[in-house]
Amino acid sequence: MTVLLEARNIGKRFGGVQALKDVSLTIRRGEIYGLIGPNGAGKTTFFNVLTGLYPRDAGTVILAGAPLALGEPHRVTQAGIARTFQNIRLFANMSARENVMVGRHARSKVGVGGAVLRSRTQREEEAAIRRRADELLAYVGLLERADALAKNLAYGDQRRLEIARALATEPQLLALDEPAAGMNATETAALRGLIEGLRRDGLTVLLIEHDVKLVMGLCDRVAVLDYGEKIAEDVPAAVRQDARVIEAYLGGSLE
Amino acid sequence: MDIFLQQVANGLTLGSIYALVALGYTLVYGILGMINFAHGEVVMVGALTALAATKFLLSAAFPAPVVFVLAFIFAAVVCMLLGVLIERIAYRPLRNAPRLAPLITAIGVSIILQQLAMMLWGRSYHAVPPLLPETTHQLLGAQITTVQIVIVGVAALTMASLLILVNRTRLGRAMRATAENPGVAALMGVDANRIIALTFLIGSALAALAGVLVSANYGIAHYNMGFMLGLKAFTAAVLGGIGNLAGAVVGGLLLGVIEALGAGYIGDLTGGVLGSQYQDVFAFFVLIGVLVLRPAGLLGEKVAERA
Amino acid sequence: MNGAWMAQRWQRNPRFGLVLIALALVALPFVVGAGLGNTWLRVLDFALLYAMLALGLNIVVGFAGLLDLGYIAFYAVGAYIYALLASPHFGLHWPVWAILPLGALVACGFGVVLGAPTLRLRGDYLAIVTLGFGEIVRIFMNNLNAPVNITNGPKGIAGIDPIQIGGHALTQPLEFFGVTVPGLALTYYLFLGLTLLVMLAGLRLQDSRIGRAWVAIREDEVAAKACGINTRNVKLLAFAMGASFGGVAGGLFASFQEFVSPESFSLMESVMVLCMVVLGGMGHIPGVILGALTLTVLPEAFRHGAGPVQQALFGQVLVDPENLRMLLFGLALVAVMLYRPSGLWPEPRHRLELGAK
Repeated sequence: MTVLLEARNIGKRFGGVQALKDVSLTIRRGEIYGLIGPNGAGKTTFFNVLTGLYPRDAGTVILAGAPLALGEPHRVTQAGIARTFQNIRLFANMSARENVMVGRHARSKVGVGGAVLRSRTQREEEAAIRRRADELLAYVGLLERADALAKNLAYGDQRRLEIARALATEPQLLALDEPAAGMNATETAALRGLIEGLRRDGLTVLLIEHDVKLVMGLCDRVAVLDYGEKIAEDVPAAVRQDARVIEAYLGGSLE
Repeated sequence: MDIFLQQVANGLTLGSIYALVALGYTLVYGILGMINFAHGEVVMVGALTALAATKFLLSAAFPAPVVFVLAFIFAAVVCMLLGVLIERIAYRPLRNAPRLAPLITAIGVSIILQQLAMMLWGRSYHAVPPLLPETTHQLLGAQITTVQIVIVGVAALTMASLLILVNRTRLGRAMRATAENPGVAALMGVDANRIIALTFLIGSALAALAGVLVSANYGIAHYNMGFMLGLKAFTAAVLGGIGNLAGAVVGGLLLGVIEALGAGYIGDLTGGVLGSQYQDVFAFFVLIGVLVLRPAGLLGEKVAERA
Repeated sequence: MNGAWMAQRWQRNPRFGLVLIALALVALPFVVGAGLGNTWLRVLDFALLYAMLALGLNIVVGFAGLLDLGYIAFYAVGAYIYALLASPHFGLHWPVWAILPLGALVACGFGVVLGAPTLRLRGDYLAIVTLGFGEIVRIFMNNLNAPVNITNGPKGIAGIDPIQIGGHALTQPLEFFGVTVPGLALTYYLFLGLTLLVMLAGLRLQDSRIGRAWVAIREDEVAAKACGINTRNVKLLAFAMGASFGGVAGGLFASFQEFVSPESFSLMESVMVLCMVVLGGMGHIPGVILGALTLTVLPEAFRHGAGPVQQALFGQVLVDPENLRMLLFGLALVAVMLYRPSGLWPEPRHRLELGAK
């Protein structure tokens, strides 16, 4: 399998706190890569550095062979990394369809002139955006809710809508920040099916999760962060046996 | 007479007043994360109510220094009530609303206060009777009036007490805790609503003081005096780093000096093309400059966007 | 013709409704002119001018969620450009179709210069900077009469050329199939046409990639960035577009009034346009137009009515009607935000949710 993303020696400080120290990891094309760790281990920080929300202090990221200019989230998205948020950030007063259509922004280009004149190019592009949005809504199973406002969707639906919106940006890597947080067992099972489907369709997924069981069952490989450092990176079976990982989760269960 | 030193002295006087008003903006911003647009109008109300009290007390033949103090107390009480009222009616119900909402109510409150003031006091400029001795002193070649000394002195004392209050007392700790994280502060037994109301009380008292001092400095008061002053004080707060108390003081003094020097030299600098009527423009360019070069202000810390 | 019959026709054929509205709009100036006189015909023209302004500001405030408190400054820039290039002040008499685009361009330039440094910061800063900008523009207009007389200072510029179309000045009545159309009505038709154009542009933008990006930024800027939107540029675009609309409206204002002075561009004017947007329904184009019409017509009625009513009730005029009008504006802003934050006529979003097309 070829390498899709390589993060080298990522470092990030907040004031006096070293939130990330020398974190390096490699994600291969087509795999589901899990990132776990105890609370405050730096998972979300890594995520935010990777997706350009926080400027990083050290390190480089190479996506599909090209170095990624971090620091501007929209460029990271344009380069091919899409993300969801731990605490769901949808456009609350837009419909589900519109949310996904916004995701097409970076992959479409008609500007003000075209919009005001309703040029042929604009109409064709708009129709394509709408078609793609409906496809993606169908993919995550939300097509019949396409006209509902995002804020009126059920919790699990909101999570899936956020994934559809991320998919609309045509990512090479889909980064999910605790997608199962707050979900019940049924919803989690559905989510698991969705992520497995993504892998089947050839997408690479980076998954941050609290739910260790979900990660271990779903991921091809897993990295473990503790106090801002990577302490393990391997297939789930091996990570589960790792002495440092067990120590980091002391008392917590890995099953 | 040394023009440079003279302008610096004038600038520091003006700057002390800016600093007092800027503290009001920064206190509220620190705790609520919002710009209290109506703050400038509270200064205006302070000046005009103090003027009304002054006229009344003078007619009752009180001695001038007593009148000065009593008029300030009266203005402070009125402004504090007003500040708390504004918070209660226009800001509190919107604490969880989108950002734009409290800004718009604040503009509404500003207009209401201005119009009420215009109804009560009319559109004309009111002369403020001099309550302080009109003597001047020579200092390093600059002429300094007693009024200027009182302004700088009173402002300095007030600001020092405020810094002690916020940094050294239990109340100050509760304020800082609320500013840091209202939820956690509430869990620790801090009544956030009480702290926020107190913040408005303090800020409004400072505004009343600024109103009294600024009308003593220029000898006039009118319904529209709060707007520009508020805008400049806000600039001062941004210059120093909004949310930072020491920053508001530094920003206020600095802006006062920049403005005074700018007004003093603009004619020479532009070969007479622009005159001192452009004094009000400096604050604005300072504001833009700070926002471009150092948006967190001189003493502010950079805040990362929360994911 | 009875109401039930009309409603029935309307339901069967929506186009019938549009035809009725169009006829009403064409007839309106004659009805107003005959019934209420020229004063009210002027008010009607002003209402359309304000509708254009409010629609421009709606892009900035309503769509993109950026609070612009100095919007009137762009109006002022457009008005002064027109005044300088088509009046005896400099002896220039450029044609209107050259000046209006220029005014839009210059206003847009000011918007970019002002927006570029501030738009990457939090929204409140933009509010303050635009507020300051509005005042600065007024200070310059007031003082740029010396040493070189550019703006003629507080006295303003008079004798501005009225708009000419095909060699016919809009101040003169026009004979049309035997019907005499007064100048004010001609102006009405021009302004109406332009307002409809601005409205159409707004509607089309709202329903486009750029419009969605604006709303996305208003809803959640971080998420908008994560969707690949260059938020800084897209916000700047909204700001610049609003400024250009303001510039065009300013030019029309100058030619209509035939006079400009700094007094017309005070902060209160900015606040009034903002009120129109907020009161009508931020982001909802028909609501914004309703807001503009209401807030132009009502205060005017108020101005004529408040004095006599006070006279009748108290035997004297206690409060200056102008004063009272502004006070009501202030109260309206607070009350609308507290009790009806999405305005008098908000976007009927629930229809979307019911799944109706």
